[in-house]
Amino acid sequence: MKALVSVKRVVDYNVRIQVKSDGSGVVTDGVKHSMNPFDEIAMEEAVRLREKGKITEIVAVSIGSEKSEETLRTALAFGADRAILIKEAGEVQPLTAAKALAAVFKKEGAQLFIAGKQAIDDDANQTGQMVASLLDIAQATFASRVDVDGGKAVVTREVDAGLETLEVDLPAVITADLRLNEPRYLKLPDIMKAKKKPLDTTTLGDLGVTAAAGIKTTKTSPPPSRSKGIVVKTVDELVAALKAKGLL
Amino acid sequence: MSKILVIAEHAEGKLNASVSKTLAAAAKIGGEVDVLVLAADGAAVAAQAAQLAGVTKVLVVNNAANTQALAALLAPQIVEVAKSGYTHLLFPGTTFGKDLAPRVAAKLDVQQVSDIMAVHGASSFDRPTYAGNAITTVEAPAGIVVATVRLASFTAVAQGGSAAVETLSISATLPGHTRFVKLEAQKSERPDLQSAARVVSGGRAMGSSDNFKIIYELADKIGAGVGASRAAVDSGYVPNDMQVGQTGKIIAPELYFAIGISGAIQHLAGIKDARTIVAINKDAEAPIFEVADFGLVADLFTAVPELSSKL
Ligand SMILES: Cc1cc2nc3c(=O)[nH]c(=O)nc-3n(C[C@H](O)[C@H](O)[C@H](O)COP(=O)(O)OP(=O)(O)OC[C@H]3O[C@@H](n4cnc5c(N)ncnc54)[C@H](O)[C@@H]3O)c2cc1C
Ligand SMILES: Nc1ncnc2c1ncn2[C@@H]1O[C@H](COP(=O)(O)O)[C@@H](O)[C@H]1O
Repeated sequence: MKALVSVKRVVDYNVRIQVKSDGSGVVTDGVKHSMNPFDEIAMEEAVRLREKGKITEIVAVSIGSEKSEETLRTALAFGADRAILIKEAGEVQPLTAAKALAAVFKKEGAQLFIAGKQAIDDDANQTGQMVASLLDIAQATFASRVDVDGGKAVVTREVDAGLETLEVDLPAVITADLRLNEPRYLKLPDIMKAKKKPLDTTTLGDLGVTAAAGIKTTKTSPPPSRSKGIVVKTVDELVAALKAKGLL
Repeated sequence: MSKILVIAEHAEGKLNASVSKTLAAAAKIGGEVDVLVLAADGAAVAAQAAQLAGVTKVLVVNNAANTQALAALLAPQIVEVAKSGYTHLLFPGTTFGKDLAPRVAAKLDVQQVSDIMAVHGASSFDRPTYAGNAITTVEAPAGIVVATVRLASFTAVAQGGSAAVETLSISATLPGHTRFVKLEAQKSERPDLQSAARVVSGGRAMGSSDNFKIIYELADKIGAGVGASRAAVDSGYVPNDMQVGQTGKIIAPELYFAIGISGAIQHLAGIKDARTIVAINKDAEAPIFEVADFGLVADLFTAVPELSSKL
């Protein structure tokens, strides 16, 4: 059984985001990029499922410029068997990404699609659900535990009320939440081995996908800043300050 | 004129508080606002929705398949209702809405606007990106607008409406590939994290679930809800539904206590709208002090019990 894992190249989560002063976007040039943290978790889960003998092949897919090859090499170092880069220089919004990923899923005849629950750049939290919708297959989002057996997956989901468990028939889409697993530390031999693994390139056009009409960003601004307040020395001072403000 | 459909979140016959905030966003867009209740038996929920200000009509679809809110089953029903002239579909920005809205948007072949935090016009909104560190103003493409609403950005609409309730029957065939197994819900007597006026959160520094009791004591003294950082949840001190932040709950209380929390950007993303932030941390250099209105550099294990005793 084949699993597809989508991996997106994003600004590293440790980077302090700078909004450009002309409001045209955020500074991404010369800024450290890495694999979306949720996609690392998705990759790790796929590798663990293969180690348990539940799946046999892992294909990593990314949509983006040639720089996304780096992200795919990271996926290969995690343990993906093959990688596919869907080359697209411009911005790719979730519906377009989902159409491309759904096309690859079909073409590959995969049974399981694992994505991150959200990309930490656009914070959209849409793509996995859209892939499931386009393919008319089951979805189990925000997963914190996955058990695959036979043609089914039992998935525990992190929802606002607590933990929800669903049983879904395969093929299905699962999106990874933070507590699904802790991604392994990549070792040098794995990184070296990844260099020799197959990485194919294709395009939206080759997959028969036309970009969906996009959302236009007209302005990007920094959030309203909070100014540093006062530091009190004792609990008594804190209580007095909060009472003075009418907060207690 | 806009014709807006708000998808109702509910459980056990109770309308979720997220709906009245989603309605506030709908009111900002303006026009006719209908609420759609998909339930096994939606009468009680519909009656609650009908009382909310600004609702034109409440539409109810009763179907045993709607006993649990499963996105794959709800989506085709919403798509069918949406086709009767709606210009907007609004979902609460909860795990319910986040799971469901994209499934509907893809079926309607439109991009979705996630987490709208301000409304500038029928198709122009502000939404946060990069964990709230860049606010974008966006223009949705032509066609139906599918969006989720960031609850912390809107104040619930008032009661006092008296909308008509209409029952619909739906012909969409529902898939059988998804089955509900169970929900392990945390029952708590404390105020709900997402609507509480006061919230006390503990971080990794708490060290154990046992030690968290000083957080609960403080919370109970001031009638607050209780939250946590990701580190505290990952360490197993508290359940997942208490996580505050970019990937947990985004909250906007009047008063927020961050106790033994360093103030990582992902945590701050969840509390940007808090009116007043109080930080207690033993490290004077902790980033939380950059955003705190009141900071106390102290060991939490002495400061928090002392604080509780003085309130
Ligand atoms: C993709 C992604 C998403 C994330 N989403 C979230 C999210 O939604 N929410 C979230 O919270 N985090 C999130 N994180 C994690 C975040 O980056 C931080 O790791 C986390 O918030 C740290 O939690 P903490 O402040 O409790 O722990 P720490 O950073 O370890 O801070 C503990 C603090 O306690 C203080 N301390 C220690 N002992 C005492 C004492 N006795 N008295 C007083 N102070 C003491 C220390 O000085 C320190 O400042 C996310 C990370 C990633 C990569
Ligand atoms: N351009 C892309 N390339 C690869 N994966 C993507 C891309 N866009 C979205 N995804 C996947 O979809 C998930 C959710 O993204 P989003 O809907 O943008 O928040 C990500 O964690 C990725 O797994």
